Amino acid sequence: MIWLKKEAVEMALKDPVRVRSVQPGDLAEVIGIDAGITGMRKPDYWSEILQRYGSGRRRQRFFLVAEAGGRIEGFAIGEVRDWEYGMPPCGWVFAIGVRPDARLAGIGTRLLDAICAGFRRLGVTTVRTILARDNSLILSFFRSQGLMAAPFIALEKDLER
Amino acid sequence: MKLQKNTLAAIYSVLEFAANPGRQLSAAEIARQYRISPHHLAKVLRSLGRTGLLESVRGVGGGYRFTGNAKRLTLMDVIELFEDVGAPRRSGRRAARRDPAAAGPSPLEVEDAVGVVLAEIDEIAEATFRSITLDTMLKLVARRRK
Repeated sequence: MIWLKKEAVEMALKDPVRVRSVQPGDLAEVIGIDAGITGMRKPDYWSEILQRYGSGRRRQRFFLVAEAGGRIEGFAIGEVRDWEYGMPPCGWVFAIGVRPDARLAGIGTRLLDAICAGFRRLGVTTVRTILARDNSLILSFFRSQGLMAAPFIALEKDLER
Repeated sequence: MKLQKNTLAAIYSVLEFAANPGRQLSAAEIARQYRISPHHLAKVLRSLGRTGLLESVRGVGGGYRFTGNAKRLTLMDVIELFEDVGAPRRSGRRAARRDPAAAGPSPLEVEDAVGVVLAEIDEIAEATFRSITLDTMLKLVARRRK
C-alpha cells in the first residue's frame, strides 16, 4: 500500500506554486531536497547538472523548479534526445523530486506537466523515463500520470563476474 | 506470475467498487457484468470484506460497499490477498554442483538457469502491480474509452 502524510497537503497548499526554470541560487535547496530523498548530498554532481541543464543555452534541456512561498518544493530535469538507443526523438525525464512534506499537493504533476509542455513545444510527442523497479513511490507517480511500460528493456551485466 | 481466477475476480470487483464509491453492489450484479459465477464471486467478496476493503451491507438490496482508498490501494495489495507471492522461486542460487566429467550441463544447472529467468519475469510483474493504484487503473479505463 502506498502511504503518504495527509497533513503535508495542507502545508504545501498554503502558498501558490510557481514552476519556473532553475536559477543558480536555487541549487542549495535542490541539493537539500535530493539529499532528503536519496540520503546522500551530491553538491559536485548538482553543480554540473546546473551547468548542463540549467544554463538555458540548449533549448532541448530543462531544469525546472517548483517554488511556493519563497521555498523550492521540488525539481524536474529532462531533455529531448534524438535517436538515443535508436528511438525517434522523445523527451526524457531524468529526475523528479518533491520535498516529502510537500507531497500530495500536485507539485510533481505540475513539474511533469511543465516539462512535457516544453517537450511538446519542441515537437516531440512521447515522454520516457527509467526507474528502479523497487522505487514504488515514483513508479506509482509516473503510472498515475499515464506513463506505461515502454517497448524497451533495460539490461545490465556485472562486469566483475 | 499467473493470476488465478479468484484473483482476477477480486481485481475486477475492487475496481467496480472503487469506480462507484459509496454505492452498494451485490455479488450477483458484479458476477453478471463480468460473467463470473455468482457463487464463486460471493466467496471472493467475503474474503475482501474480511480484509476491510469492503463493508458488508445487510438487508434488502444488501451487498458490499468500498471502504478502501483507491489512491493508495495497489493491484499488488489485492493480489497478495489471494496469491502466495511471498514464496521465492528457485533463483539466485549459485550454479548447482556438477559432475566435472559430464559433457553438458546437469539438469540442476538447467533448472537453476531457467529459474533465474522466471524470477526476473516475476520481479518485473510484481513491480508493475505494486506501482499501479486502483485510481490509476480507473484513469487507464477512462483513457482507453476515448
